[in-house]
Amino acid sequence: METKKETITTIPEKQETAIVIEHLYKQFGTNKVLDDFNLTVYKEENVVVLGKSGSGKSVLIKCIIGLLQPDKGNIIISGKSINGLSHNELDKMRSKIGFLFQGNAIYDSMTVRENLEFPLRRRWIKMSQEQINAMVIEALENVNLAHTVDMMPAELSGGMLKRIALARTMILKPDIILYDEPTSGLDPVTAREIDKLILDLQKKYHTTSIIISHDMNCVKKTADRVVLLLDGKCYAQGTYNEFEIADDPNIKQFFE
Amino acid sequence: MDLPRSIRFFLEDTGDLARFTGHYFGLGFSRPFETGELLKQCYNIGYKSFGLVALTSFIIGLVLTMQLHPTLVEYGVASQLPVMVGLAIIREIGPVIAALIFAGKIASSIGAELGSMKVTEQIDAMEVSGTNPFKYLVATRVLAATLMLPILIVMADAIALLGAYIGVNIQGTTSLTLFFSQVFHSLEFSDVVPAFIKTFFFGFAVGIVGSYKGYKAAKGTTGVGNAANSAVVLASVLIFIIDLLAVQITNLLGFN
Ligand SMILES: Nc1ncnc2c1ncn2[C@@H]1O[C@H](COP(=O)(O)OP(=O)(O)OP(=O)(O)O)[C@@H](O)[C@H]1O
Ligand SMILES: [Mg+2]
Repeated sequence: METKKETITTIPEKQETAIVIEHLYKQFGTNKVLDDFNLTVYKEENVVVLGKSGSGKSVLIKCIIGLLQPDKGNIIISGKSINGLSHNELDKMRSKIGFLFQGNAIYDSMTVRENLEFPLRRRWIKMSQEQINAMVIEALENVNLAHTVDMMPAELSGGMLKRIALARTMILKPDIILYDEPTSGLDPVTAREIDKLILDLQKKYHTTSIIISHDMNCVKKTADRVVLLLDGKCYAQGTYNEFEIADDPNIKQFFE
Repeated sequence: MDLPRSIRFFLEDTGDLARFTGHYFGLGFSRPFETGELLKQCYNIGYKSFGLVALTSFIIGLVLTMQLHPTLVEYGVASQLPVMVGLAIIREIGPVIAALIFAGKIASSIGAELGSMKVTEQIDAMEVSGTNPFKYLVATRVLAATLMLPILIVMADAIALLGAYIGVNIQGTTSLTLFFSQVFHSLEFSDVVPAFIKTFFFGFAVGIVGSYKGYKAAKGTTGVGNAANSAVVLASVLIFIIDLLAVQITNLLGFN
């Protein structure tokens, strides 16, 4: 298939790179999940990764944050390769990256407030309680959930938990955010609010994002560039509009 | 060489547990210490187990006395009852019963808690939030169990002796002071100290096995259930093995 060459038409002009992924390989047993995957993400760019269920999207972003170790290949974040970083260096790099887990990963033994405070307390030792409170409330207001601050996760609905997880991901205003399905399980109204939040963060804090999504409305609104992950490779990339009119059946099926 | 599946599985599991324990000694005592979480776990693991351990120890003390009394009367040595019961409780029954009850309550709760945190990616979320989950979750729980069980057992022994006193009094009348002076008169250094030292190992076994089973829990609710279940089974068996070794070692050292 030649789609790869046809569709790469508009690589953004911006030169500074945020994330460079080179020849990434990852397999579990005999299951080849990533098979020579390459991708460059530029600063302040929102890249959406499309791909069928089980195609390795979550594995890809877990490799980026170092939760999974790729078998081969290189990942360069803000000019620094994450291969062979010491634990402290990796930790330092991670403090600049936000990660939204597909299953939210809310700490269910802690209140919403403690959930949001967790990354704050762990990263910045020097902060007054007032500052922490203010940041928690601000993050919750961004997702319209300020009233849940003293509730336990078990008292909240699935969509609310997703938004709490988003608030926790964004609370440190990281340079890079990796979103694993930010709008799945949300009603359309809330989903559009989340799209807006992602765009606001991008503008206000110059965030670079990789967004995994099946929600075409979300993709349309947030994507500067769309990437299709197929057979462990970056099969095609382009703008949303280019994808929408593409003839390739592998791309078309996402727009039906 | 082809070993039967169950034996291979057992050997692998033992090896993994040994590696996990090694990891604990390599990492558990390195800075920074998670003091806040340690205190919280001491409360959860120690204080909250007190009621259950106290109740069972009281009943064991009482029942043991009532069961022994007729036999001792038959042999005309009923006056030796406090001495016998005291020795049995302090050296063997008090520590082992309390440790088994503790294993049932704590190994399962640690296994289930860490297991569900594992499968819902909460442990990964800690990892990317600048926290070493092994130190934060495992090291604190293991240390809390190691420190709390000996304290619980000292109290359990006292309560079991109180139960024994009541048992003696159902049959005849002995004053509390006479009963306890008889008990403590017969006790020697070699009765108390080895019995106390082994309780630290019991506590450690419960903490490490619960954490280990939780940490390697498989995805899904059955995974979490299995983690809790196998944690209790393995911890209980280990308590008996440690008890056996403790007797052998004290005998070897000539403390008998
Ligand atoms: N820890 C793991 N151990 C073994 N196999 C794994 C592991 N994590 C993922 N896989 C496998 O890797 C493949 C890709 O999984 P991944 O979670 O990345 O899919 P995905 O693209 O995110 O799918 P979805 O859209 O359903 O979330 C799957 O076949 C999965 O079984
Ligand atoms: Mg996924």
